[in-house]
Amino acid sequence: MAAPKRPQILVTGAAGTLAQQVIGQLRESCDLVAVDFREQVWLGDDIPSYCIDFNKRVFEDIFRRFHFDGVIHLGRIMSSQENRLRRYNANVLGSQKLLDLSHKYNVSRVIILSTYYVYGAVPFNPALINEEAPLKAAGLTMDLVDSVELENLANIYLWRYPNLNITVLRPCNIVGPGVRNAISTLLSGERAPVLAGFSPMMQFIHIDDMADAIVAAWQYRRKGIYNVAPEDWVAYQRALELCGCSRVPIPSIPPVLPRTLLRLINLRRFPPYLMDFFKYPVIIDGRSFARDFGFHPRRSLDDIFHYYRENKHPV
Amino acid sequence: MSLAEFLKRRLVSPELDQEIDSIGKPIGSLGYDPWGYNNDTLKIGYAITREIYDKYFRVEVDGIDKIPAEGPVLIIANHSGQLPIDGLLIGFALASRKKRPRLPRAMIERFFPTVPYLGNLLNQFGAVLGDPVNCARMLANDEAVIVFPEGVRGSGKLYRDRYQLKRFGNGFMHLAMEHGATVVPVGVVGCEETIPTLANIKPLARMLGLPYFPLAAPVVLPAKVHICVGDPMVFDNDDIPEEQVTARVDLVKAAVGEMIKKGLNQRKRLF
Repeated sequence: MAAPKRPQILVTGAAGTLAQQVIGQLRESCDLVAVDFREQVWLGDDIPSYCIDFNKRVFEDIFRRFHFDGVIHLGRIMSSQENRLRRYNANVLGSQKLLDLSHKYNVSRVIILSTYYVYGAVPFNPALINEEAPLKAAGLTMDLVDSVELENLANIYLWRYPNLNITVLRPCNIVGPGVRNAISTLLSGERAPVLAGFSPMMQFIHIDDMADAIVAAWQYRRKGIYNVAPEDWVAYQRALELCGCSRVPIPSIPPVLPRTLLRLINLRRFPPYLMDFFKYPVIIDGRSFARDFGFHPRRSLDDIFHYYRENKHPV
Repeated sequence: MSLAEFLKRRLVSPELDQEIDSIGKPIGSLGYDPWGYNNDTLKIGYAITREIYDKYFRVEVDGIDKIPAEGPVLIIANHSGQLPIDGLLIGFALASRKKRPRLPRAMIERFFPTVPYLGNLLNQFGAVLGDPVNCARMLANDEAVIVFPEGVRGSGKLYRDRYQLKRFGNGFMHLAMEHGATVVPVGVVGCEETIPTLANIKPLARMLGLPYFPLAAPVVLPAKVHICVGDPMVFDNDDIPEEQVTARVDLVKAAVGEMIKKGLNQRKRLF
């Protein structure tokens, strides 16, 4: 009797640590194809890997060649990378192309990685924001418009093409070994800026747990929009302390002062448009995802901070 | 040693440490909850508040055991005195009662999160941004929540308007009905005299983005405070028009008014 066909999955953002963790977990049970717009990564002889821009016509050839059952879209350019136009082209227009091709070639499962930044940081945010809450980020900064637009796009396709079985994941701060986003860079540094008098509550998820969450989302095939966050919380300045970072206070009032200062020093790990995330809490409620996908993060905040503390001075 | 560790060592006795831990709150591995409550900061705050409560304001409480020890509770009180001292004293009265103490949460005005240091500190003591979503989640967690339905209308009132209740919003009643929360009316007497205010400098308040800017002495006077707790009230969750909800709110407002009257009658002197 012939062996059952292994599912064929396209994983985007393959050069990132998270995608490589997901690939590592799924390669045993699935046939994978990896793409990234930044670089071609070698992931072993069994995984074809491409460096490709989604907006180029040649991208369709990959869909023609491989008959994908699923797409795991992790290739979102982070808000701290590239410029606004490039991010818009890749995150919004590129993702639209990806979803159009997924529909055209009968893909039956799509997982899209979004971010909790879409909720926006405002002083009036209630805690434990659930998935129905309005996405305020676009109204607060132009630099997060592409993230919100990507969500809107995913929402339209979620309802227009139910066969795509789209699941959008909105994780809290992803941190851990190899993660190069703004918050991870802050925690791994010797010194980190803080806004004087503000230490908002934050949530952190270990990259291994996030990879587990994406694999769980692939396995359970439940469509919808989900926050992904552990049920544990810590204040930003306490997190820095536990990671062994010295805190460098920036004057916080009037608000125009820190914004101007941050624009002048232009730190990639503390960009001015993310300033309010270091001022007001954006605490998301990840209980729906935990319930629907049987997800339980295994790494504690202590494990996460221990890693950053111990790796301050790599040998 | 950080300031928090130093203060904890100096102020928090092992008995107090155990006392707070035994009351218990659902917190994460580092002692925080999603709203920013922190167990260690609360212990320091509790120790400091005890001194202020006993020695500075010499608070007298009547009927604190009427507040249920379990289940969702809305503690509805009159607001006064420019700063949220009344919330702090009600909270301490409930947390320090002999029989089955509770650590209540206080809903605070919306401008506090924008104030450096103070906003975070209030959160760590258990205060929460006064948002209906937050209050609903608290009640769903079976918490006791202190609400001042007058809001800034109450806290910012002038000395000449003391002990006159301002308009009560209906929001708390909707939440009480929806979550089956017991409503407990509370009257606070004495906080009006802590920061007597002659006028509100509105243009300055607008300029600074504050709800009011009081013209008052920059000190908190040691007025004697009386807290009177009324009988618990329970409201069904019938689908009723807003007019009837307002009528229910007026019932609670009248009960708070009664408690204020009781406190004023008990009071022998201002200080």
